[in-house]
Amino acid sequence: MTAAKQIATLKIQRGGVGEAARFERFEVPFEPGQSVLDGLRWLRAAADPTLAIRFSCINANACKECMIQLDGETVYACTARLEPREMTLTPLPNKKLLRDLVTEIASPSERFK
Amino acid sequence: MHRFALHRIRENTRYERRMAAELVTIETDVLVVGSGAAGMYAAIEAARRGAAVLLADRSLIGRGGATVMAQMTVAAALGEETPDDWRHHYDDTIAAGRGLCDEALARLLCEEASDCIRELDRWGVGWARKDGHITATQAPGHDRPRCVYVDFINTGPAVSKTLRAEIARHHKSICKAGDLCVVDLIVGDGEASGAVAWHLSSGAPVMVAAQATVLATGGLTRLFARNSASANMGGDGYALALRAGAPLIDMEFVQFFPIGHLAPRLIGMDPIMWDPFRYKLGGRLRNGRMEEFTAAYGSDEDGKYVLTRDLATYAILKEVAAGRGSPHGGAYLSFAHCSRQALRAAFGPVIDRLAANAIDLTRMPVEVAPIAHYHMGGVKADARMATEVPGLFVAGEVVGGANGANRLSGNAITEALVFGRRAGASAAERVKHRAPPRHRMRPQDGAAALDLVRRDGFTRDRRKNTAAMIARLQAIMTDDVGPLRTGRGLAHAMTQIEALGDELGERPPGRAANFDLQRLEWFDLRNMLVVARAIVQCALNRTESRGAHQREDFSTTRPEWQVHQTVRGRDGRLQTSGAPHAAATVIAS
Ligand SMILES: Cc1cc2nc3c(=O)[nH]c(=O)nc-3n(C[C@H](O)[C@H](O)[C@H](O)COP(=O)(O)OP(=O)(O)OC[C@H]3O[C@@H](n4cnc5c(N)ncnc54)[C@H](O)[C@@H]3O)c2cc1C
Ligand code: FES
Repeated sequence: MTAAKQIATLKIQRGGVGEAARFERFEVPFEPGQSVLDGLRWLRAAADPTLAIRFSCINANACKECMIQLDGETVYACTARLEPREMTLTPLPNKKLLRDLVTEIASPSERFK
Repeated sequence: MHRFALHRIRENTRYERRMAAELVTIETDVLVVGSGAAGMYAAIEAARRGAAVLLADRSLIGRGGATVMAQMTVAAALGEETPDDWRHHYDDTIAAGRGLCDEALARLLCEEASDCIRELDRWGVGWARKDGHITATQAPGHDRPRCVYVDFINTGPAVSKTLRAEIARHHKSICKAGDLCVVDLIVGDGEASGAVAWHLSSGAPVMVAAQATVLATGGLTRLFARNSASANMGGDGYALALRAGAPLIDMEFVQFFPIGHLAPRLIGMDPIMWDPFRYKLGGRLRNGRMEEFTAAYGSDEDGKYVLTRDLATYAILKEVAAGRGSPHGGAYLSFAHCSRQALRAAFGPVIDRLAANAIDLTRMPVEVAPIAHYHMGGVKADARMATEVPGLFVAGEVVGGANGANRLSGNAITEALVFGRRAGASAAERVKHRAPPRHRMRPQDGAAALDLVRRDGFTRDRRKNTAAMIARLQAIMTDDVGPLRTGRGLAHAMTQIEALGDELGERPPGRAANFDLQRLEWFDLRNMLVVARAIVQCALNRTESRGAHQREDFSTTRPEWQVHQTVRGRDGRLQTSGAPHAAATVIAS
């Protein structure tokens, strides 16, 4: 009963400081039990290493660094499930944008100024 | 109160030829690199002894390393659960280390553990309590219940949060700097005098002048494909120390955690997750034929968690090699003997997370296999946490030797706390007794590293897939430098690592601009490849099997090998020494 290979399409906001934001679409092979972060890490290694994302712990959901927006809702990329459909990924809207999906999320007292 | 307020000078230096972001220069008494348990405790201790501290982390403060990910136990002979004494803890640590523990470091770890645990208790960490006392569980290799924890697998996050709060109380003397990645230490006139760093979020190159530096950068398990590592555990500290002239020891001893989660795929849980389950509920390890097998390797578990990590790793991989593995190439771990109520009582919220991943432990086993978890080797240090480079101190997992060839569960966080506190004290001591001039940075110091941080990459290098290169390195390390090794496999790994080095080239891609992850990965590989070579060379040299280092072509433990190997970086080459009857090996770096 092996179905045709399923695909997750990630529509990702790209661009850094002072650049106009643009969207790029990437296709990622879908397997159940993967997170959005798994998909993003896969596509950096397979397609585009210039994509910037912020994460540390990958699976543990302990570092809380991977916050982004998925279809307009704030999520942790490492606990949001990858799904075989188009998923729109954007940086947090209320934080300063650094590049692509990365924003300045540290509390001011823990930043290097 | 502290004598030296942090201040910074924005300046133009002669290195600013192709300048992108502006150079930032900072002076501090003590620079602490890394904000895990070791770095944070070092910062607190240095601050309470009057030093001004810059606490730098390549990630966010207190979140980037292993500390915040640790789930379970911290070993200390508190003697509250059962009578205990640090000497018993010490004996167990030495026995687990298979003859290779540095006794002074192991002693320090065990002797000061209780002190640090009680201080964290006063700071409100919330150690689990029973009948009014701090309760403890018994981990494999410990002779009695000695491991304290914060419940529902919250130990690491609680330790990290507590230390962060304590640091906030010292805000006048500790300046926190997240997203600040140290690229190289600066050594002038044979003394550590600061560091060159790269501020990831702005892209700015940074020079830090410091009278003492504490390296607390954590471990290196990101070098392996299957690991429990965060993205910041590529072994930066080992490479920084080597390039600064501080030797490493015991680099061949990488600890594999035997029962890392393998299948079914699940999200939102670290692969280390079954460890706490084993502590509380025992669990049964079975091979692909559903037979219990550990007795055949010298330890009959009978539903209890007693097998040390090196033995369990060996047993599982041998079963897989003999064709008796589970479907995904590991072993089964079963809690089917536990009732639903027992599972919920022990792991409440975690059971819900498992249910969200369609895992019901009363009805199904899971598959587990060894994953790279911790590094026993590291920077050589004395009991003051001083390295061979004056002014350079180390703390935490980056230190080599305390745990010998195999670490006991619970000793790593203890080591981070105890060594961190000690390193902070030693660094503050140095600051106090230093004759003027306090800062001795010369214009040429750090120039090469600064140039690297600022250099514009070639446009064609944007296509260099640094993420894929890291994945290739991880595959090489897992295939040939994992828990079961052969001379042939190790030599093969070395050739491939060298080829990756050629591919990496001399210049990072991109520019010193905001959060360029590809460029960061280039700097990561620069370190990972050096560290990988150090591990492989030491493993090649060690023609015996001991603890976490198992050679299939030299399967016995040999008395003449009860020695530490040392790695030094000399003139751009790595040099190993200490092997019995063997000339030192020199390999290109
Ligand atoms: C998932 C997991 C579970 C564990 N569970 C346990 C347990 O139950 N009990 C136990 O005793 N041990 C456990 N360990 C091991 C233990 O957590 C670690 O050994 C310990 O926390 C290390 O502390 P540390 O402060 O030395 O390093 P870390 O906590 O790893 O911190 C190092 C910091 O240095 C930073 N850094 C690295 N390189 C640079 C650089 N170039 N510039 C600036 N900053 C840098 C990192 O971002 C990181 O924040 C576990 C480990 C893992 C991974
Ligand atoms: S990567 Fe750490 S919480 Fe998501």
